[in-house]
Amino acid sequence: MTALREGPMAIEVKVTANFAKLIGGERSAKAQGSTIGEVLDDLEQRHPGFKQNVVADGRIHRFVNVYLNDEDVRFLQQLDTPLSEGDVVSVLPALAGG
Amino acid sequence: MLAGERNLMAVTVYIPTPFRRFAGNQTYVKAEGNTVGDVLDSLGSAYPALRQMIYDDTDEIPGHINVYINSQEIHSLQGKATLVNDGDEMAVIPAIAGGQVLTPEQVNRYSRHIIMPQVGPAGQRKLMEGKVLIVGAGGLGGPAALYLALAGVGTIGIVDFDIVDLSNLQRQVLHQNDDVGRKKTESAKETLLSYNPDVNVIIHNTPITSDNAMEILPQYDMVVNGADNFTTRYLVNDACYFAGKTLVDGSILLFDGQATVFVPGNGCYRCLFPAPPPPGLVPNCAEAGVLGALTGVMGSIQAIEVIKQVLGIGESLVSRLLLFDALSMDFRIVKLRRDPKCPLCGDDATITELIDYEGFCGAPFPGGHDGAEGGTDGN
Repeated sequence: MTALREGPMAIEVKVTANFAKLIGGERSAKAQGSTIGEVLDDLEQRHPGFKQNVVADGRIHRFVNVYLNDEDVRFLQQLDTPLSEGDVVSVLPALAGG
Repeated sequence: MLAGERNLMAVTVYIPTPFRRFAGNQTYVKAEGNTVGDVLDSLGSAYPALRQMIYDDTDEIPGHINVYINSQEIHSLQGKATLVNDGDEMAVIPAIAGGQVLTPEQVNRYSRHIIMPQVGPAGQRKLMEGKVLIVGAGGLGGPAALYLALAGVGTIGIVDFDIVDLSNLQRQVLHQNDDVGRKKTESAKETLLSYNPDVNVIIHNTPITSDNAMEILPQYDMVVNGADNFTTRYLVNDACYFAGKTLVDGSILLFDGQATVFVPGNGCYRCLFPAPPPPGLVPNCAEAGVLGALTGVMGSIQAIEVIKQVLGIGESLVSRLLLFDALSMDFRIVKLRRDPKCPLCGDDATITELIDYEGFCGAPFPGGHDGAEGGTDGN
C-alpha cells in the first residue's frame, strides 16, 4: 500500500465540450503527475496532440485558463503548481459564442 | 329616507401587493360608503392593520399614499369628499421615495417582484429607471433583453447589425418565423414592446466599433455582452472599462456556458483571457454548434445579474466565473482576479484608448463583410 501511496497521484482533469475530442471524447480524464505540467504531459502521452492546445513554448496559452480546483494557476505557480490527492484540474478555453 | 340621502354605494378596492397582507391577502376587497372617505373608513374598520397604512396619526391620508377612483387621483377630484358610485373601482397605492408613483397597472404587472421585500416598490422604481445596453440580439442577448423588459427595466438599448436568418430561430427567442430577413434590432424591438409596452427600446442598427462604442455606451448604466466573436468581446470589454460601466458577460459554445460580471477596477475580460485565440482555433457556434436551450440558461443568468446590480441585492458574479456544463448539468464557480499585469486595468496599463481590434484579434471586424460568421449576435 505504501508503494501505491508514494506513486504518482491520479488527478481528474475536466475540459469543455470543444476540448473533449482531444481526450478521447470524454469531458474528464484521469492523469498522473505531481504538478500541473506533469499532468498535462501525462495526458499528452495518452492523447497525443492534446497539449499543444493548452501550452506553447512552456507557457499556458493566453486564451486558455487552467484551474486548480477554483484557482487560476496563472496566479499560483503556472505549470509548476503542485498538486495534492483529490485535486481537480480544469482546462477552460475562451468561448466567443453569443 | 331623507331627501338628498343615498343608499351606501358598493365599491371594489384594489389592494396593491405591498398592502395585501394587511387585507387577508386579497387583491380586491368590497367596501361601502358614499364618499371616498367613507369607503376608506369602512376599509379601515374591516382591516385595522391596513388602516394604519392608509391613515396617519391625524386620520388623514399620508402624503406617500395616492388614492384613485376609476384611475383618477382624488386630489384632482374632491379629495376624501369625492362621491363614489356603485361599481366604482378604487385603488390605494403607496408612492415611492422620490415622489414617483407606480400606476395601479404597474403595481399589478410587477406585483410578483414588488411583493418580495428585496424588490418592493422602491426596487421596482430603480428597475424602471435602469438603462441597459444589450450587445447582440441573438442567443444570449435575446433572453437577457426579454427578462429585463418583462421586469420593467425602463430603457433597453440593442446594438446589432445583422439580419434574422432561419438558422437563428433554433435559439433566438426575440425573432419569429415571419421575421426572417428583417433587421434583428427591429424584430427585437417589436417583440420586447409586445411583451411590455412600458419599456423604452432604443435600437442601434450598426456593428459596435472603436468609432461608435464611446458614443453608444455612455447612454447606459450597464452592458450585457451577447457578442458572438472575440473581436467584439475585447472591444466591449475595453469600452466598458473606459466608460466606467459594469459589463455582465456571458459566452457559450456547444454545451458549455460561462458568465461573470466585470466592474471596472475588479478585473476585466483581459484579466480572464489576456489574448484571443488565433483565428480558427476556437470554433464559433456556426462552425461547432450550440444547444439552443443553453442560451436561455446563460442569457437568463445575465438578466439576473443585471437585476441584482440594479437592486443592489445578493452576491454578484464579480470576481467569480460561473461555468455551466449542460451535459453533466454541473454548475461550478472559479475565482477571477484582477491581473496587476493587465494591459487595460493593471498597475502599468498600456492600453489607454480603444485600439484596432481587428488587428488585435487577427479576424475581420464583424460587419466588414457579409457577416456570415462574425455577427454581433450568435450566428
